[in-house]
Amino acid sequence: MIRPDADLLLDIVDLHATVADQPILKGVNLSIRAGEIHAVMGRNGSGKSTLSKVLAGHPAYSVTAGSVRYRGSDLLDLDPEQRARIGLFLGFQYPVEIPGVSNLEFLRVATNARRGELGKEELDTFAFEDVVRDRLKVVQMDAAFLERSVNEGFSGGEKKRNEILQMALLEPVVAILDETDSGLDIDALRIVAGGVNQLATPDNATLLITHYQRLLDVITPDFVHVMAAGRILRTGGKELALELEERGYDWVDQELAVLEVA
Amino acid sequence: MSTTSTVSDLVSKPYQYGFVTDIETEKIDKGLSEDVVRLISAKKNEPAFLLAFRLKAFRQWLRMEEPQWAAVNHPEIDYQNIIYYAAPKQQEKKASLDEVDPKLLETFEKLGIPLSEQKRLSNVAVDAVFDSVSIATTYREKLAEHGVVFCSISEAVKDHPELIERYLGSVVPASDNYFTALNSAVFSDGSFVFIPKGVECPMELSTYFRINSGDTGQFERTLIIAEEGASVSYLEGCTAPMFDTNQLHAAVVELVALDDASIKYSTVQNWYAGDESGKGGIYNFVTKRGHCRGDRSKISWTQVETGSAITWKYPSCVLQGADSVGEFYSVALTNNRQQADTGTKMIHVGPRTRSTIVSKGISAGHSSNSYRGLVQIGPKAVGAKNYSQCDSMLIGDQAAANTYPYIRSQQPESTVEHEASTCRISADQLFYLQSRGIGFEEAVSMMVSGFCRDVFNQLPMEFAAEADKLLALKLEGSVG
Repeated sequence: MIRPDADLLLDIVDLHATVADQPILKGVNLSIRAGEIHAVMGRNGSGKSTLSKVLAGHPAYSVTAGSVRYRGSDLLDLDPEQRARIGLFLGFQYPVEIPGVSNLEFLRVATNARRGELGKEELDTFAFEDVVRDRLKVVQMDAAFLERSVNEGFSGGEKKRNEILQMALLEPVVAILDETDSGLDIDALRIVAGGVNQLATPDNATLLITHYQRLLDVITPDFVHVMAAGRILRTGGKELALELEERGYDWVDQELAVLEVA
Repeated sequence: MSTTSTVSDLVSKPYQYGFVTDIETEKIDKGLSEDVVRLISAKKNEPAFLLAFRLKAFRQWLRMEEPQWAAVNHPEIDYQNIIYYAAPKQQEKKASLDEVDPKLLETFEKLGIPLSEQKRLSNVAVDAVFDSVSIATTYREKLAEHGVVFCSISEAVKDHPELIERYLGSVVPASDNYFTALNSAVFSDGSFVFIPKGVECPMELSTYFRINSGDTGQFERTLIIAEEGASVSYLEGCTAPMFDTNQLHAAVVELVALDDASIKYSTVQNWYAGDESGKGGIYNFVTKRGHCRGDRSKISWTQVETGSAITWKYPSCVLQGADSVGEFYSVALTNNRQQADTGTKMIHVGPRTRSTIVSKGISAGHSSNSYRGLVQIGPKAVGAKNYSQCDSMLIGDQAAANTYPYIRSQQPESTVEHEASTCRISADQLFYLQSRGIGFEEAVSMMVSGFCRDVFNQLPMEFAAEADKLLALKLEGSVG
């Protein structure tokens, strides 16, 4: 939903970032307002996953220029955990397994960290179980997953559902979903997309990072951005994704070549 | 960019127990000889049998060699460059705490072990050992009402010489190894516990060991006896100031459990570990052994080893009585340049004896952490059972973890199971937890305590939370 007067939630200006001294982002500009769903598309190596990691504060990435403002204040100054607490969420492409840490306890500690920031009271184990059971429905997950270690032995689809469950519990303001569709069969894709759609409100925003059109068949973006060589090359509506699907990414290379010459 | 999760900022959180108490100390000259052994015995006004015990041990020690088989490295120890007796200059142990030097009380208060009446830990009796001597034991009268003896070993020598003569060295003979011989010759103090027949000790017993002097060795001796049907839970804690020279700590602990008796012995070891480059720290060469002498007796060791430059320690059980049970639960954490070679021995002698070993090793920094364990099933141990689980967690990519399980069975009708695993805390796991609003330290602590849960569950409740915090503290900055 596009409303020009909606609050500006995330404002990325001329963002440059490196990993291991290798420049990856080379001037990303992107503004996201409340109520909007954005999709960033691009080939492998275009920098789209790096963008999500930089926004979440992964320590392996260094910002070398540019700025990111979250609801008007500097985001890059904050530790990853502070970014999460104020409402930034990153759904991982490859959620890691954490043996020995109970999923339920992990979800409870994470939820309470966010609630603390919002000035809500901490949920004890019993109160939290009620909340989490209700949220499980969003992703049609079995309560048995709560008793296991975080992501340990979960299938690809189960891991992604666990990500969306976390999103449902944390109620983020800006959710960045990195290749959430990768490795999902069609049923799992529908469940995950259904969860994302349910959680979208006029007050929050979603940034989908994806390679393929098929996720955008089930979640309709307001804006599609094509990323290449660390920049956003073109921005359009949902029809841009269809164009990409049809023509492939080769034309992107041509545009890029023109840009490099200029 | 965020800074919290980078290594350099968090490494080397100062060791919070590294202070030195400025107190007048009586020390004897450096070096070890028969005269020194006689001098220590004379200072303590010991009976003749004990002097004989010491001298015999000393002569054995002279003929022995330091063991070389452990996976640890250290420069040669100069045994003539160590002080074998140091004591705060307050000769007689005071009848009342009001008379104890306030500096000593303050020291223990700073260590989190308040000894004064009003601040004591409720339901935990504490024996506080400072350098070579016990300075105070709390709740003695209350324990005496139940017939429980809890005092320093020096006092036990005076008040209960017949028990000392009967049991001292009966589990760990002086000649057991190089360090037990040394300890038997020069031991200064330690704790003594006696639980008479049928008595369930009404409170947790605890000894807190504090090394204060710089060039002193610490050689304590602990002896716990649980008579028929008696039970006791005992905990020891240890800290030392930071010195940049290494200090030797060679203790001996002996436990005796008669028919149906049960002894639970827990250790939270936090001796000074040396700095990041490996300078200084305690050499912790300790022999601990429990003897399940009676039928259906049980001895359970729980240890949380976080300190010391080198740990060489194998709390063991000799399961002699029929149906007796031995347990060993261990968390050993090494960071920076620390080295640990630790584990257990379960010696199954009697029929239907059972043992459980759960060992969790965590290695970070450039440290080395080895589990070494022996399960031995003797020819008479029909129906004996052992279960061992040894897990290692690696943090960073410079640390080493080894497992050396030895199994010797002379009894076909017995079962021995061994499981082992290795895992690693990665920067990606930590980032994952952080990106859900969980702070760096809490994230490390969650992962480590998840890994150690099976062992922490065995600790007395008052100390389980402490152990959790201690591990998190020790690991700060080791992941990045």
